[in-house]
Amino acid sequence: MAVRATEAQTSVSRIRRRGPLEARLRHGREAAVHGALFLCAFVSVFTTLAIIATLLEETVGFFREVSIVDFLTDTKWTPQFKPQHFGILSLLAGTLLVAIGAAAVALPVGLLTAIFLSEYAPSWLRSVVKPVLEVLAGIPTVVLGFFALTFVSEDVIQVLFPGTKIFNAASAAIVVGIMIIPMVASLSEDAMAAVPYSLREGAYALGSTRYEVALRVVVPAALSGIVASFILAISRAIGETMIVTLAAGATPNLTWDPLQSVQTMTAYIVQVSLGDTPQGSLEFRTIFAVGMTLFLMTLAMNIASQYLLQRFREVYE
Amino acid sequence: MTVTQAGFRRRLLARKATAVGFVILAIAATGVGIAALAVLMVDLTREGIGRVSWDFINAFPSRKPEEAGIKAALWGTIWMMGLTAAFAIPIGVGAAIYLEEYAPKNWLTRVIQTNIANLAGVPSIVYGILGLTLFVRAMELGRSLLAGSLTMALLVLPIVIIASQEALRAVPGSIREAAFAVGASRWQVVSRQVVPAALPGMLTGIILALSRAIGETAPMIMIGALLFVPFTPDGPLDRFTVLPIQIFNWAARPQDEFRVNAAAGIIVLLAVLLTMNAAAIILRNRLQARSRG
Amino acid sequence: MIRERLQEIANERPVVAPAQRDAEPMSAPAAAETVAEARHLSVWYGDFQALRDVSLSVLGRRITAIIGPSGCGKSTLIRCFNRMNDLIPGFRTDGEVQFEGRNIYARGVDPVEVRRRIGMVFQKPNPFPKSISENVAFGARVNGYVGRLDEIVERALRQAALWDEVKDKLHKNALTLSGGQQQRLCIARALAIEPEVILMDEPCSALDPVATLKIEDLMRDLIRSYAIVIVTHNMQQAARVADYSAVMMMAPDRAGEMIECGLTREVFTNPTDKRTEDYITGRFG
Repeated sequence: MAVRATEAQTSVSRIRRRGPLEARLRHGREAAVHGALFLCAFVSVFTTLAIIATLLEETVGFFREVSIVDFLTDTKWTPQFKPQHFGILSLLAGTLLVAIGAAAVALPVGLLTAIFLSEYAPSWLRSVVKPVLEVLAGIPTVVLGFFALTFVSEDVIQVLFPGTKIFNAASAAIVVGIMIIPMVASLSEDAMAAVPYSLREGAYALGSTRYEVALRVVVPAALSGIVASFILAISRAIGETMIVTLAAGATPNLTWDPLQSVQTMTAYIVQVSLGDTPQGSLEFRTIFAVGMTLFLMTLAMNIASQYLLQRFREVYE
Repeated sequence: MTVTQAGFRRRLLARKATAVGFVILAIAATGVGIAALAVLMVDLTREGIGRVSWDFINAFPSRKPEEAGIKAALWGTIWMMGLTAAFAIPIGVGAAIYLEEYAPKNWLTRVIQTNIANLAGVPSIVYGILGLTLFVRAMELGRSLLAGSLTMALLVLPIVIIASQEALRAVPGSIREAAFAVGASRWQVVSRQVVPAALPGMLTGIILALSRAIGETAPMIMIGALLFVPFTPDGPLDRFTVLPIQIFNWAARPQDEFRVNAAAGIIVLLAVLLTMNAAAIILRNRLQARSRG
Repeated sequence: MIRERLQEIANERPVVAPAQRDAEPMSAPAAAETVAEARHLSVWYGDFQALRDVSLSVLGRRITAIIGPSGCGKSTLIRCFNRMNDLIPGFRTDGEVQFEGRNIYARGVDPVEVRRRIGMVFQKPNPFPKSISENVAFGARVNGYVGRLDEIVERALRQAALWDEVKDKLHKNALTLSGGQQQRLCIARALAIEPEVILMDEPCSALDPVATLKIEDLMRDLIRSYAIVIVTHNMQQAARVADYSAVMMMAPDRAGEMIECGLTREVFTNPTDKRTEDYITGRFG
């Protein structure tokens, strides 16, 4: 009996015995893991700081040589020719022309798609359509740019409007619009799904058709979420590079005519990178000034969108 | 004065007509997205499928379109995917684990979360500018695969983090509680119970991120991936090119023959993407089946 | 002993008795006509039978209560009267629901029309996230009413005994009202389009006792102009408020059946079915 007791004691004590050294080692290991994981999370903070620092440093250098008033008001952008002009307006116009055109395509189509998926489509149809839209969202933009140049521009725009040059804002705008349709549809549908079913029931019980329930109750109730998705999609359109580089054109052009060729801010940055502009020169610094403008615009829109989404979530969760 | 007007029946017909018209409109809109994808696929196949051949895959770019191939670009893409994964996966998953399992609910954590959401919306070309300044010049890595993949890793990091966080959040709290209750340390709970349970969801996010990485062109242009590369990379410090750049190069040329090459290159790129995503779905299903026992 | 207990329940009166109550006797009221009637109604959701051969008459200017233990199909039955169950996939019926001389489940009958004539108030108040007046006016707008909406809004809010409380803040968001006020707003919303029948699916179960009594008083007021059907799991409420009671039970295969129907006083004091007696005395359910 006594032997067995000692045996039991020994095995238990083998499990239990943790000396102070082991405990300290384990504590140290835990702390090290915690620290390493925190550093991983901090990489994201570091990225933002690095982006801001990079852009800021060179932009400040840029504005030592170019007045900010000129930058914002001059209508000509010719950093690579003499006389040099540094007015962002023509690049900005190109970007906005494409973005607004894309929005004109994607916002109605995306919202209608979302309404259809959310309020009308049976679940088997949703499970077919949603993956298709996801595939569309996953197509690399260089592929879409090729499509814009070869199909949309040649076989659509030039057929509808003969005499249009191969590079035009319209073909780029249409394809950028197609690119962001899945984003608008998916985010708007999420917003509508968050509206409680009891609201729809109340409307049906008053003798509404499905169309009236969708448009007069659900969409207004989901509105801030829907608008947030719109803003996010336009921000994406503004930051788009490859489609506009391939299809919209390579010369800055201050116009609202979509059939003309324009250059966007993003396409300009690509153009300079591909060229032989010496690094450190003023012409090269224009990349950073334009990049900073682009960054600030998309940042403002993303923050606005997130704010709206936060307010929307507070109501329904 | 009352609502029961005589014209109710007539108005009801008008309302129903509107309702039907709207459904047709909504279906047409949904069709636009699907049709666009279909047209894209058909057009691409028509243009490029003839050109896709083993020769095409195994040849280097050339000034003569009929001799040009994507060997360098394909190898460059594979290298870059591997290196990007090597950087983005540990850091991204680590950050997600920290935010979901370790971080206190204070202002700093909220700042980090908001920051990550914002980073997801930064245009890719801005990442290119960052990569050029930080990796190519400041860290003097030159226009190398290493600089390119570090840049790409930063670009896809938000995607990995957000998807991994969602996967971790979906793991029921009871699993954590049970593990803590038997005296496991936090890291043991996380590494032995939570992460394995979240693995299928994380995998989805990782594949999404890598799909994005191999399709991005703009940052690679800024890094200085070459447009004409007659060799495959030997190591991370070599110069390189990737499939999207090669496609861009061909697509930007006016000659028809290069157009065919671009279409063929696109088909190869999409095939690679399709394979990756299919492999991911299979792997995820297998993991899910295994975890359900 | 049981009989005394039943008598007690049937005789329970609310603390605040509205004037109307004393003026109208509970038995044999003047000219009550059937405005809607379920005849041998059976209902399935997919393969599951929810109701079996249920018949119920809804009388004008009276309150009919549907009572019974949970899960016996009371909500399913009441929702058959305005075809709300159509929204659930897999729903099918056998039998009829007669309203204004027609079977509302006949081919060619539009549920939208039915719902305008038979209104509904739900268990949990569900005002739209719009202003108070927009909530009330919604039904009128949607049904294409042409005329002065603010008159409709005021009339409906007065009928729902809410006008005095909200007349100064009609443009405020409906979600700022209390639970009881929101429910009266939903009643006003249903009244605004002047239905014939008002269906109420456990309208007070999400409300506190004070709000509940206000709504019960409102119901006794409303039957001057409307027929009301109320589902309730609260027997005291049925005894307080309803002229007629219909008792439902769940059969062994979980289908709902109507086992007893008649004047509330009779059902509570002289039930013909043993199951009714068991339910009312609280033996189960």
